[in-house]
This record gives sequence, structure tokens and C-alpha cells, in this order.
Amino acid sequence: MRPVAAAGPTLAWRWLRREWRGGELPLLALAVTLAVASVSAVGFFADRVHRAMSLRATELLAADVVLVSPAAIPEARRSAARERGLAVAETLTFPSMVSTGDRLQLAEVKAVGPGYPLRGELRVAPAPFAPDTPRAAGPEPGTVWVDARLATALGVGPGDRLQIGAVERPVAAVLSYEPDRPGDLFTLGPRLMMHLDDVPATALVQPGSRVTHRLLVAGSETGVADFREALEGRLTRGESLQGVRDTRPELRVALDRAERFLGLAALVSALLAGVAVALAARRYAERHLDTAAILRCLGATQARVTGLFATQLLLVGAIAATAGVAIGYLAQAGLAALLAEAYPGPLPLPSPYPALAGAATGLVTLAGFALPPLLRLREVPPLRVLRRDLAPLPARARAVYGSALLALGALVLWQAADARLAAYVLAAAGATVVVLVAAAYALVSALRPLRGRVGVSWRFGLARIARRPGQSVVQVAAFGLGLMVLLLLTLVRGELIEGWRDRLPPDTPNYFLINVQPDEVAGVRAFLSGHGVAEPALYPMVRGRLAAIDGRPVSAEDYEGARAKRLVEREFNLSGASRPQGDNRIVAGSWWEAGETALPQFSVEEGLAGTLGVTLGSRLRFQVAGQEVEAPVTSLRTVQWDSFRVNFFVVTPPGVLDGFPTTYVTSFHLPPERPEVLSELVRAFPSVTVLDVEAILSRVRHILEQAALAVQYVFLFALLAGVTVLAAAVQSTLDERRFESAVLRTLGADRRRLLAGLLAEFATLGALAGLLASVAAAVTGVALARAVFDLDYVPGPGLWLSGVGAGLFGVALAGYLGTRRVLSHPPMESLRAG
Amino acid sequence: MERPSPPPILRAEELGKRVTSPEGTLEILAGAGLSVAAGESLAVIGESGSGKSTLLSLLAGLDLPTSGRVWLDGTDLTTLDEDGRARLRGRLVGFVFQSFQLVPSLTALENVMLPLELAGRDDPRPAALESLARVGLAARVRHYPSQLSGGEQQRVALARAFSTRPRLLFADEPTGNLDRRTGERVSELLFRLNEEHATTLVLVTHDPGLAGHCGRTLRLEGGRLHAEPDRPPGAGPRPGA
Repeated sequence: MRPVAAAGPTLAWRWLRREWRGGELPLLALAVTLAVASVSAVGFFADRVHRAMSLRATELLAADVVLVSPAAIPEARRSAARERGLAVAETLTFPSMVSTGDRLQLAEVKAVGPGYPLRGELRVAPAPFAPDTPRAAGPEPGTVWVDARLATALGVGPGDRLQIGAVERPVAAVLSYEPDRPGDLFTLGPRLMMHLDDVPATALVQPGSRVTHRLLVAGSETGVADFREALEGRLTRGESLQGVRDTRPELRVALDRAERFLGLAALVSALLAGVAVALAARRYAERHLDTAAILRCLGATQARVTGLFATQLLLVGAIAATAGVAIGYLAQAGLAALLAEAYPGPLPLPSPYPALAGAATGLVTLAGFALPPLLRLREVPPLRVLRRDLAPLPARARAVYGSALLALGALVLWQAADARLAAYVLAAAGATVVVLVAAAYALVSALRPLRGRVGVSWRFGLARIARRPGQSVVQVAAFGLGLMVLLLLTLVRGELIEGWRDRLPPDTPNYFLINVQPDEVAGVRAFLSGHGVAEPALYPMVRGRLAAIDGRPVSAEDYEGARAKRLVEREFNLSGASRPQGDNRIVAGSWWEAGETALPQFSVEEGLAGTLGVTLGSRLRFQVAGQEVEAPVTSLRTVQWDSFRVNFFVVTPPGVLDGFPTTYVTSFHLPPERPEVLSELVRAFPSVTVLDVEAILSRVRHILEQAALAVQYVFLFALLAGVTVLAAAVQSTLDERRFESAVLRTLGADRRRLLAGLLAEFATLGALAGLLASVAAAVTGVALARAVFDLDYVPGPGLWLSGVGAGLFGVALAGYLGTRRVLSHPPMESLRAG
Repeated sequence: MERPSPPPILRAEELGKRVTSPEGTLEILAGAGLSVAAGESLAVIGESGSGKSTLLSLLAGLDLPTSGRVWLDGTDLTTLDEDGRARLRGRLVGFVFQSFQLVPSLTALENVMLPLELAGRDDPRPAALESLARVGLAARVRHYPSQLSGGEQQRVALARAFSTRPRLLFADEPTGNLDRRTGERVSELLFRLNEEHATTLVLVTHDPGLAGHCGRTLRLEGGRLHAEPDRPPGAGPRPGA
């Protein structure tokens, strides 16, 4: 008795090695490894991005503090910096067409003045993706740099000449790194960099053009702080200061969201792993009832029995967590590669913190899902050695679910880092699980009537599914969940976008012209008519800032939502029109009569009104070029934005905006086989900017694809965890299967029959899981189609084929691999044990 | 029956079975032999651990001997692979086990239908229902084994064993897991069905009372079979109880 009483971790360790062959522990370890791997992969990646952002915070700004403004920076601002001994530099960014020969590309032009960049460095290469070298300053006046995307799009390199607005300039180098540029994923156009002094010659910046001015400031810490203090509180509307701490809020918000989303997605693996752990732990506990009874007989206390099994569990957890962290470290490189465009520059190595967090996730999952069944072992009465039917009561359902839910809740709260979000996620996850399980239950029940009508192998397979309905339901739901997400991200996503594109009429405008000056309107109209565009309509556009609603001044702080804040910060495009666009529908109030022209009033897009809290009758005040326009809202409209006609959030009767700086805008359809028309247009009207709808859509599609790939990557772990659930469920029935196949063999069934029975069982389970996944993906797709695309989506046959096919073959293969040894088990061995 | 030597339906010669374990080699059977004529009922008795069940598993082709040979209806089992033996069993043999060995995921009816289906019978349902009715379980055909008592489970096993009208029935301690009164009822049923179907019966038991219902008894001792003194071998079939 002494050795048992004295034995601590050593005994647990020796046992662990012996028990490893039993099968449950490796499976338990595999499940935990997957959970740890997926959580730590996301953790490592997020950590690297964070470190990149804080290590190079000043570099990401190219300065210590930056003043951003839609208007030219007043001299007073510059001298305020210089007076404090600070270095200054200026940049100007705006979108513009760039062309060479017949090739056209919309680019984000950045003009940089002397001194730029104040922090960090520029890097250039002789060709796209060639080895690069640092440069202390931007391009020389009279030359331009292009990034790899622009170079590739236009097929140009150093030495080639590009048309930018009114001038032609040679490309001097390929720009490979620019410190203050958001990750490429967040910019729509490729980059062209030129010298600030060259901007006037291009004639691209006109009154009303959409440009961003930046004043970069750097120097001593006290000087910078002093400068900030002097400016803060005296900024005009539209001006903002960006310091190291508030570097690139848009990038930060986007990455934070991505990180949280991926972190929560990784928890799906942890949840499925937990289910596998619970199944394996239950079987392990059942197999060890006798052992526990003998230990108790030999004098081990309840605490000792608990300690022994808990230590084993801890050892398994430690092994699995180590393996999981290692796999997670390798996997994060994949994630970093998939999202490479989302963050600027190379990433530093991660800190060890995510390893600890990942390992903790694994141990929490293990404890939450495996402890309740194992703790039952302490309740085994020693008398069991004489009476085998004496077993402790099964773990209380409340204890099992309670501890699992507690573990899961803790993990979600930690990943979401926000109690409300965690509550939403748990509620949504709970609802999903309930729906999936109910659907799986209905499917499993639907098999029952089939049993009387099929051959012996099929009957046997169906009987096995019905024998443990709970377990079958869990397998179908677990595998179905992983499959559903992947179907949604691949097939349904593709079909939705295709469906939306197919719905657009063939003559849907595919180009927008913006920045058309008033004196060019007649010329542009004549040009377009001359090239087959029927009745080209050019709309006036005046830029104004929303100053007040019903006399109350508006500021971003008044609004909760990010969209509302952005709308208030930015300038609106106002337009005048006598009739609403064909795709508009008046939903409240009425459009003005012909006689009401020049009577100030607004028609506002319904969604925008809702976001800003504007209702029919609200009085809006806009600030336009230093003057104010105030008028009531007399109608609300819905707009079909994907008609690609020119539409405005806020419209006035014609005449109201006369006298303000105005540019014109139009959209038109140009057959894709006539690109030379655009080159001619840009040559004739150099300051006009052409937006290629197709190019923008393909950019958006690319961004969606990158994001979807990253999510799929994380959900691959969830699918694998779903397979471990299947394996754990299969394993928990192995003894029963051996016995049953022995009986069948005794009664004359050959191997082919037994195999047919196994395949019937797993193929049915898999087909059910696939069907469930397809239905769930289709329903989600239809809902998304209605809500987002306003589309009637009918899932194609591909969805059903691949869902059911993947489920059927995946589960049949996994089931066969898990049970094939049962087929060759000698029948007598099992019968004697029975 | 009057012919001098009816061909034996089951014959074994010089059966040996050794198992090797880490503790050494154990010789369970050494030169056991027997011959069973069609229609005969034979009991094999022996102490616990004398190798009765091993002998039964070799005779039924559930396992292969280390040495010696077994002929089932003239076919040498040692020349067949496991699938071949399974098919032969399905055609010729029925089983009743001490621990019933019903398939837990199938209902009583499905358990009885199983050997009929494996033998490729058309429409196995009526035959299975009839078989269950004969053991008095017509009302419980939709029950699962776990919902039946031990005696009922063994009756389902009997119904299953006789459903294919096998020529040879192996029974391994058929009453061993039942209390005395239930055991008696099950054994009565076993011998009655055996008589009705004119099945050849090989019964393994340590219970001399049960063995007494058989026409002939052999004792397994020291790995060999010995004729019981009071019943000389070759005494011929004798009606059951």
C-alpha cells in the first residue's frame, strides 16, 4: 500500500506511458494540440503586428506629429513648428489617372516636399520585387517613382515615361517601401510618388479637387509636445493632429477587428476540441473503473485517486500544449503570408506571450471538458472488485455542461476582451449549436423508418447510428459546423458575387469621370456623345461640411458609430438636380416641383438620414467654401447604389448651389474592347480623373478573397478538430464494435459484409453532416443575399454536391481508418470477453 | 441410422492448441479428437479452465488449432480462411452462448433476422417472427437486448440459433449466466427445439445435470477428450429430455 500512497507524479508518468497505447490519451492530446495550435497561431500573428506597430510607431508616421487637412496648410502652422526648432516637410495626396500609350491606371498620387520623410526611410529598387536600397529623400523634381503594383499594371519600369495630368515624366525607380503608408490591403489604388514642386504643372489640383495635405513635424520631445499643445483646441474643422499614440487609427481599428475575429474563430476549434476531449475522457474513465476500485482496495484515498488521474491529465495537457504552440508558431507564418498586404513592412519576431496564452487555452479546455468524467473515478466503491456492477453514478449533467460552459465562457471573454461582445458571441454560438443539434437530431431520426427497408449491411449501419443518437448527433453537428463555414467562405461567397454581377444590366456604367471643370463640361459631353455614349449627363458637385442639424452644431463626438463619425468628419458632395435619378425612390416627403427651383431645401438618402439622426423636416446647415447654406429636409430617398449611376446623399434644387466652387461628375458605359477611347479622353482633358469600376470591384474582390482565405485558414483547424470529435466518438465505441463484428462473424458474415456495414454507417453520417452543412450554408447565403445584395439567391447544385460529397467521403474515410482493425479482430477473443 | 457408419457431420483429429504469453507457453489442448454423427447430441464437460470453450471455438472454426484438423460436413476447416469459415458457419451452424451475444444495436427481431439475411434468405421477416413466437417472445420483437431480462435474451439467442434451421448447433454453457429456474426453462426449450429440428447438438458445460440431457458425454481433461465411463462412446443418439 505504501508505494501507492507515496507515489506521486512518477507513478502518474509511468502509467501515462502505459496508457498511451489505450488510444484515448493520444486523441485527447491531439484535440488539445489543435485547439492550442489554432489559438496560438492567431496570437503569434497578432503579437507580431502589434510589435511592428509600436516598434516603428514614429516611422509609421514618417514624423513625430502630423497635421492633416483637406485644405492647403496655412503658413502660420508651418512657422509655429519652425519657431520651436522643429523640422517640417509637406506632402499632398490625391487620386489621378496615370497613362502610358493606351494603358491607363488610377493611382494614388503622393507629392512630397524636401525633408520627407522626417522619420524612417524610403526604399527603392530598379525593378518590381528586385532587391531594394534605402533613399533619404523622395524623387527628384521632374521624375516619378511608381510602386510594384503600378509598374505591373502599366507594364513600365525605370526609364519609361508616364503621362500624369498635363505633363509627361520619366520613371526613376520602383518604390518598394514608404514608411507612412497603410497596408496595401487598405488602399484601393497603387502609388505614384512625385516631387511637390511638380504638382502645379500637372494641373491636377483644381478648386474642389479631393486632396489631402499633410504637414509633417519632427524634432525634440519638448518641442513636439509644445507644438501639439499650441495647436490643439485651435484646429479648424477638417484639420486633425496625428501623433505617435494615435498613429493610423484606421489601420489599428481594422487590425484589431481582424485579430478579434480570428481569435474568436480560433475558439471554434477549441470548442470542437473540447467535445472530443469530453468523449475521450468519458471512455477513459469508464475503462479505469476497475483500476480505481483496485487502487481504493489497496489503500489509496479518494484524494490520491483524484491526484493520480488529474496528474496524468496535466501531463497530457503539457505535452499537447507544447506541441500545439510549436505547430501554432509554424502556422502563424502562413497567416502572416496570407495577410501580408494588410500591414506595412516586414514583421518582427513574436514575443513569448501568445505561447503562454495558447497553452492556457489548451489547459482550460482540457480541465473544463475532461475533469468531470475523470473526477467520477474517485467515487468508485472499493467493493467493485467483488461486484463488478457497482459503478459510481455518471457525472451529473449539470457538472459536465457547467464546467465546459465555464471554460468556454472564460476563453471567449478573454478573446473578445469585451463582456458585451463575449455575451453576444456566446449567445450566437449557443443558438448555432442548438440549431445544428436540432437539425442533426431531425436528420438522424429521419433514418429510423429506413431500417426496415434495406439490406443487412445497411440495416446494421443505420442501427449503429440509431443506437447512440446523442453521439451521432454530436458527430453530425461537429463535422457539419466545420464544413458549413468552409462552404460559406468558398462556394456561397463566389456564387453570391457572381449572382450580383449577373444581375447588373450589360450597359451598367463601368467608368466614372470626376474632377470635370465647369469649362470642360461641354467638351466632355461632346466627346462622350461622339464616342457613342447616349445622352451623357454631367452632374454638378459642390463639397460642403455638415455644420449643424436643427441649429445644433454637429461633431464626431456626438455619434457612437464609426460610419456616423466618419461622415461628420468628412466633406459631403452636394448636388443640384431638377428630377431624381431613375433608380431613386421617394420614401418620405416629396420632391420639389419645377417652380420651386432656387428655393433652398434638401433631399437626403434614407440610410444616411438614419445614421445621422436626420428626419423629414430637420434643418441642415452646410458649410461650403466659407459660406453657409441652411435649409429643411423635404424628402427622403432610397438609392440603388449598384446601378453605378451618379448619385448623391444630399441633393438640392438646381440653382441653390450656384456660385460655389463646382466640379462635374458623370458615369457611362464603355465597351471593354474600346480602351483607346479613355486614353484619348485623358489626353484631351488631363485634369479629369477616370475611375474604372471594374478595377475597383476587382480590388474589393481581392480584399475579400484575402480576408476569406485567412478565415478559412483558421477554420481548417476547426475542421480538423471536427475530425477528432468523430475519431473520439468512434473510439468510444470500439469495444462494442469488436464485439458486434465478432457476433456477426460467428453468424457467418464475411469481411466484405462487415466492411459494407461500416461504410454504410459512416457514409450515412457523413452525408447527413454534409447535408446539414449545405443547408446551413445555403440558408445563410440566402439571408446574406437578401440583406446585403438585395438578391434572390438560389444555391447552385455545386453547393449540395460538394457539401454532401465532402461529408460522405471525409467521414467514410475517417471512419474506415478508425475502425478497420475491428474487421480483422479474431471473433473468439471478443466473445469470451463478452 | 441403421447403417453401420453414418458419415460424421463433425470430426476432429489430434487437435492441439498452444497459446504463448509473456508468462510462457500454455498447452490448452493436446491431441483431442472426436467424431459426431448427424442427429447426435453430445455434451463436453470439464473443469473451469480445462479448455472447453477453446475446443468449441476450434470445432466451430472461430479459431484455428495449433495442430490437428477439423472437418465440418466434410470440409477441412484448416484449409479455409476466416471469410471461408464464416460462410460455412452461416450455412451450417447455429450458436448459443453463455453470455447470449446479441447485437445491442439491433432489436430482438433484427437479431433473429441477422443469420437469415447473412445466409441470403429472401424475406427473412416471417421466418424470424415465427422463430421468436416459438420461444414465446412474439410480444417483444421490437425490444432491444438491454430492455430484456437474461432469460428473455437467451430465448432470443435460441430463436436466432434455430431460425436458419442449422444442421449443427454449438452451445457454450447456455444456462451459465442464468439463475437455476430460468436456466431450467431455457434448457428445456433448447432440447425441445433441438428435437423438433432434428439438429445435431454439441454442448459444452460444467453442469452434469445439463450434460445428462445429451445422448453422449465426453470429459475434457489434460487437453484430451475421454469418454465418460457410464456412457461408452459410440452409444448413439438418444432422445433429449
